[in-house]
Amino acid sequence: MTMLDANQDLRAQTVTLFRRKRLVTFAVPSVILVYLVYVFFAFDVPGLWSGASAQNARALVADTYSYKVHVTRDNRSGDVSVAIEGEKKGRYPEGEAPAWVSLGETTEIDLDDGHRVTYGPEQIVYDHPDFGVMRFVVSRSQGVIAEYPVSVDALPDWINASKNRVAITTEAGRLTVTRNRTEVFRYFTGWELFFFTLDSQYHGMGFGELAGRAVSGEAGAILHDFWNNAMWLHKDVAWAIFETILMAFLGTMGAALVALPMAFMAASNFTPVGYVRFGFRRLFDFVRGVDALIWTIILTRAFGLGPLTGALAILITDSGSFGKMFSEALENVDEKQIEGVRSTGAKPLQRYRFGVLPQITPVLLSQVLYYLESNTRSATVIGAITGGGIGLLLTQAMTTQKDWEEVTYYIVLVVLMVIFMDWVSGHLRRRLIKSDDSGH
Amino acid sequence: MADLTQDTPRSLNDIQSSYMAEVSRKRLYSGIMLLIFVLLMVSGFNLAADRNGGSFWGGIDNFFDLPVEMVSEAASKVDQFPAHFATFFPALIETVNIAAVATLVGALGAIVMSLLATRGLARYPRLIGVFRRVLDIMRAVPELVIALILIFVLGGGPVPAMIAIAFHTVGALGKLFSEVNENASLKPIEGLESVGANWSQRMALGVVPQVAPNWLSYALLRFEINIRASAILGFVGAGGLGYELKVAIQWGQGKYDEAAAMFIMLFLTIVFFDQISSHYRNKLVHGTNKGTE
Repeated sequence: MTMLDANQDLRAQTVTLFRRKRLVTFAVPSVILVYLVYVFFAFDVPGLWSGASAQNARALVADTYSYKVHVTRDNRSGDVSVAIEGEKKGRYPEGEAPAWVSLGETTEIDLDDGHRVTYGPEQIVYDHPDFGVMRFVVSRSQGVIAEYPVSVDALPDWINASKNRVAITTEAGRLTVTRNRTEVFRYFTGWELFFFTLDSQYHGMGFGELAGRAVSGEAGAILHDFWNNAMWLHKDVAWAIFETILMAFLGTMGAALVALPMAFMAASNFTPVGYVRFGFRRLFDFVRGVDALIWTIILTRAFGLGPLTGALAILITDSGSFGKMFSEALENVDEKQIEGVRSTGAKPLQRYRFGVLPQITPVLLSQVLYYLESNTRSATVIGAITGGGIGLLLTQAMTTQKDWEEVTYYIVLVVLMVIFMDWVSGHLRRRLIKSDDSGH
Repeated sequence: MADLTQDTPRSLNDIQSSYMAEVSRKRLYSGIMLLIFVLLMVSGFNLAADRNGGSFWGGIDNFFDLPVEMVSEAASKVDQFPAHFATFFPALIETVNIAAVATLVGALGAIVMSLLATRGLARYPRLIGVFRRVLDIMRAVPELVIALILIFVLGGGPVPAMIAIAFHTVGALGKLFSEVNENASLKPIEGLESVGANWSQRMALGVVPQVAPNWLSYALLRFEINIRASAILGFVGAGGLGYELKVAIQWGQGKYDEAAAMFIMLFLTIVFFDQISSHYRNKLVHGTNKGTE
């Protein structure tokens, strides 16, 4: 800040100072505004909204808290199958169905609120309580022949009809009729089959019944069915979380071990030779500057996909950061303690051990623990590239673009994992630093 | 540690032996801790290597494969480098822009959130805990997750990456800012309150001038981090230099000269912004008068 000079005209100086401040106060926000306007067009934000898919957004949001059950009829053979989310793993066994579907010669599907769909041998009937009855006959030669309570020109917009395909979307569910198959979706709230899949005998049991069975000696079987759930893969997810934490742990600790001896070489009070110091410092800068992304690419080529590659990528990048920070910490150590240790006749290694390390341990540990927490997050992202841990599961679930409930589940787990690591690292940091304050 | 003010007088030998016992116990504990740590590291590396696609020792031999291939291909096409730099410069600008806008927007959000989450300054003191938890969650969500979801909804491009990084930045900076705010003196705020200033006036005139240099310094550090994040997000589909890099790497031999050019550009950009930001951070933290080095 510019100080006022008492020997000059104070009023004039204050006025100039205020004028300059006022200029800055207006200039900074307007520069920011101009920049944002430039970026608005550089990123083509107006074009973005036209390209955004509201349908995708709706599907995503709906899928995170609800699931649908498909009742599918093969129009050639007349076979009807019921499957949760239409997946093979969620298919009901032959001849079984939930209570709202009654299988038989004609299959009756109760969609609630008075909506009913009937799959007959000849025709498919949708009974809408307000609109009326719609009939569809599927013919090989003529496509879908439909019969509505109103004329074809006056159809409401929730019916999407063409020659070969009819789709009816109501609040109770959705019916699609094509030449090959007829399908009804009914939506339910919740995550389907989260605990047990349909082939487990424990599916559909209440908590009380499960607890009772667990007490009477079935706890192992119950846990086994939950752990090996084919739809939610609890076992693989737990492994993936562990793998992510493992990558972060190995990377961070390995980096600290590599960086510590090198930091001595880069600290001016331990390495008097300027060239060596300069060399090590530039090495740290180089390793840091190359960045995790590039290291990941190079390492993936050498080590293949997997958690080791991710751990090594973190290790290399962070040894640069640690080297820089550790050498700065070393330059700030108090020479008096080292001299005291030297006066007792200690050799160089003993001087480092008893004169230097106790001084820098709290700083080092707190930085290492802080990085451990932040690397848990990085390990998720790096895992997405190197194919390890929860990052891989997340990207896989996202690229299929339909299992958003699993994506939600993984996100919740990642957030919990990071908050947990944050808590652990904060807790350890406080304990270690406090206990180190009381003496070494 | 050892309690030196004992009531009962003891002989020197007693003191020495009890001291030595304590030292050896401490050594034992440190030794056990060290052993556990070494075991964890070794078994962890073995486990990670088991679950990896390629082995560690096999990988060490191939470590320089990609760099060597890139350098040899780049050396044979060295005349094309200026053209590559020109081709990928817009992508680089996009990567930097993503980071800059995300830092700017994130920092503005973090200022508001941090003021709401600091004891003594908060507009709604009862909601401090809520705002802190919100910051924790914003910090915990990796950028990748938000970016991928937004790419699904909005389509690929820089905007999903920008929003994702900004979201995370609010959480990360919000926490640091609120730590800075806690050290701000409350006297100017009381003074302003006594002349009838409302909350936003008290914050703008009483708090911001005290903490702005520290805020700016943290924001600059975050900008460095965000440039790296923006490059990585590009690699998973959010545009910018990362995306071009992915295309070139997946193409493999024949485009390694382009990849090498992009490696160099990314490296220089990161080093450039690191230097600039650390220069200005030094200036901000140590005051303008000393920052002439």
